[in-house]
Amino acid sequence: MDGWLILQLLIEGLSYGMIIALIALGYTMVYGVVELINFAHGDLFMLGCYAALTLVGGLGLATATPATLWWALPLIAIACAAFGALINLGVERVVYRPLRGAPKVTVLVTAIGLSFVFINLGLFWGGAPMEVFGGGRAPSSPKDFPNLIGDTTVYDGVVRIALKDVLVVAVTVPLLIALTWLVKGTSLGRAMRAVAQAPTAARLMGVDVDRVIAITFAVGGALAGIAAVVYGLYITSVSFDMGFRMGLYAFTAAVLGGIGNLPGAVLGGLVIGVARSFSDVFLPTEWTNAIIFLVLILLLVFRPTGLLGSTAREKV
Amino acid sequence: MLLRLIAIAVCVATLSGGETIALVSSLPHTGSAGGQANSIVNGIRMAIDEVGGEVAGFALTHIQLDDATPERGQWDPNAEDTNARNAIANPDAMVYIGTFNSGAAKIAMPKLNAAGLAMISPANTYTGLTKPGKGAANEPAVYRPSGTVTYFRVVPADDIQGLVGAQWAKEMGAKKAYVLHDKELYGQGLAEVFRASAEKLGIEVVGYDGINSKEPNYRSLVTKIRVKGADTVYFGGTTQTNGGQIAKDLVAGGLDVKYIVPDGCYESAFIEAAGAALEGRCFLTFGGVPPEELTGAGKTFVDAYVAKFGGRPEAYAVYGYECARVAIDAIRRAGVKDRAAINAAIAATRDFPGVLGTWSFDENGDTSMTVMSGNTVKDGKFAFVKLLGQ
Repeated sequence: MDGWLILQLLIEGLSYGMIIALIALGYTMVYGVVELINFAHGDLFMLGCYAALTLVGGLGLATATPATLWWALPLIAIACAAFGALINLGVERVVYRPLRGAPKVTVLVTAIGLSFVFINLGLFWGGAPMEVFGGGRAPSSPKDFPNLIGDTTVYDGVVRIALKDVLVVAVTVPLLIALTWLVKGTSLGRAMRAVAQAPTAARLMGVDVDRVIAITFAVGGALAGIAAVVYGLYITSVSFDMGFRMGLYAFTAAVLGGIGNLPGAVLGGLVIGVARSFSDVFLPTEWTNAIIFLVLILLLVFRPTGLLGSTAREKV
Repeated sequence: MLLRLIAIAVCVATLSGGETIALVSSLPHTGSAGGQANSIVNGIRMAIDEVGGEVAGFALTHIQLDDATPERGQWDPNAEDTNARNAIANPDAMVYIGTFNSGAAKIAMPKLNAAGLAMISPANTYTGLTKPGKGAANEPAVYRPSGTVTYFRVVPADDIQGLVGAQWAKEMGAKKAYVLHDKELYGQGLAEVFRASAEKLGIEVVGYDGINSKEPNYRSLVTKIRVKGADTVYFGGTTQTNGGQIAKDLVAGGLDVKYIVPDGCYESAFIEAAGAALEGRCFLTFGGVPPEELTGAGKTFVDAYVAKFGGRPEAYAVYGYECARVAIDAIRRAGVKDRAAINAAIAATRDFPGVLGTWSFDENGDTSMTVMSGNTVKDGKFAFVKLLGQ
């Protein structure tokens, strides 16, 4: 076995794992506060990708110079984050808030129903008569996301490190740090943790529970929006049915790391990414998904709370 | 939708005052193969219009069924099953034109065969559907419960396509090939033929893998291909099963390989999905001749198509047209509204003056045509390279 191959696969696995981690952060954030597995998160992420593609197409960035991209891409990331946050805010207000206090399974089924709504919105959106959507002639076919970053490498020797690999790390790690600070170091974070532990007690202490939950959803949606832009730039393809699969991986990552735990979600994503890379190369690729879920099952057997999950009731 | 179409068919029957014969088509109109499916239906309508909507004293109608669903974004086994049942239950349905996907054909074939309803496919290429000894052990007998051949196709099957793909790879100097497939009937069948043919031609097959067709990327698989030192990658699969993403990841991985794909990728959605990654390195085999390269009757067809529908026909349009023409010709020769008689007339088709040349159906229901074309992608469009398998 060549050492360089192991290193190469680690790089590929970690970089793809960072993308899964970005989506998993949104899952775990919402779960940590309201204990809702928001199954619509993966599909909200998909809508974010379509929003990003629409912006890229609308601004004509496919042929833009690198100088333009330097300011345009962060703006698109902010716009998509706002898009995701707004949708999640609306959904929380219209759909989830009236269900507060309803049995958990009711909310869960609602989330699944919402994901179907999003999938069909995506299918509709895919038919947009824009050049980037292939003129909208085939709404359900995969769309080519312009390869704005390109396939440039920052290091091309025994191993290849692409500029895209650097990009995902440069987005995910600071976001993780910022989120951790938000939860641990701000008064809003303290309110979130209070709501997570005991909503009624938090309300008695003067915490505006509805507002805290709304903000949590907004943060989750913004994360989906940012993940969408990074995904589009990294994978360079988007399709209306990708939300389900990416959502499943991200959910698995969140559970693997200990659901509700922010660094855990990132760690879970990395484990999945690396497991996937190695399995793709050393086993027939048919087995990759089986391996990923085998890892999950084994881990949950021996450590039911996930890699970094604690047994205490503190979740964020 | 279905009810409305039947209603239209009934209206037409009432207006003409006589009996109606319906050509039923079952194609994936929803999803990325939708462009091809619509184009095939246009071809069928042209053939019907050419004979003035009438043959052997019967009013001729077309019933359009969709075998795809939005959830799957491609053909759906349940939809295909329903379509076959509906066609069988319709006393006017005499010929079933479809399917687009070989997997869908597997579902419709035994039912239509038991009902004695002839089926002509414009696009199925999986070998086992017709040829004994080339598919699974029980194929094709399992599709013919009645013992009679009721399934026909106007495109050459994959044993020819996989072979010409390998021959073409050899001509382009391939030494080491990596073969991928999408684990579907069509893709895996082709990949197996390609692998066997390549080995016979002296190309070393350095890897053979089935991919998960819904994965977002295949980067590590590309690293594996790089490690094996392949100079050619063959993908047995379609646009829907991620043929475009593989092309992108090969380029992103910095691999300078030739990427050969079959006709399942020969549609504009493939170029839309893969973007610039195909330019100059993607090579497509297609079970016929592209619309631009058609001559004689074929060129007349393309010109008439453009005049009538205003857009360039997709690659399979001409095969839809050919299916309907063979069906109409058989109905004329049979002269009666009887499924068995019309099926026998289709099976007896010999030296048919088709738009692609003169051909016959053999005893398995296969066309005698073997000419295929080799194509590449240039400036975001398919470009014809040469004829293969001559």
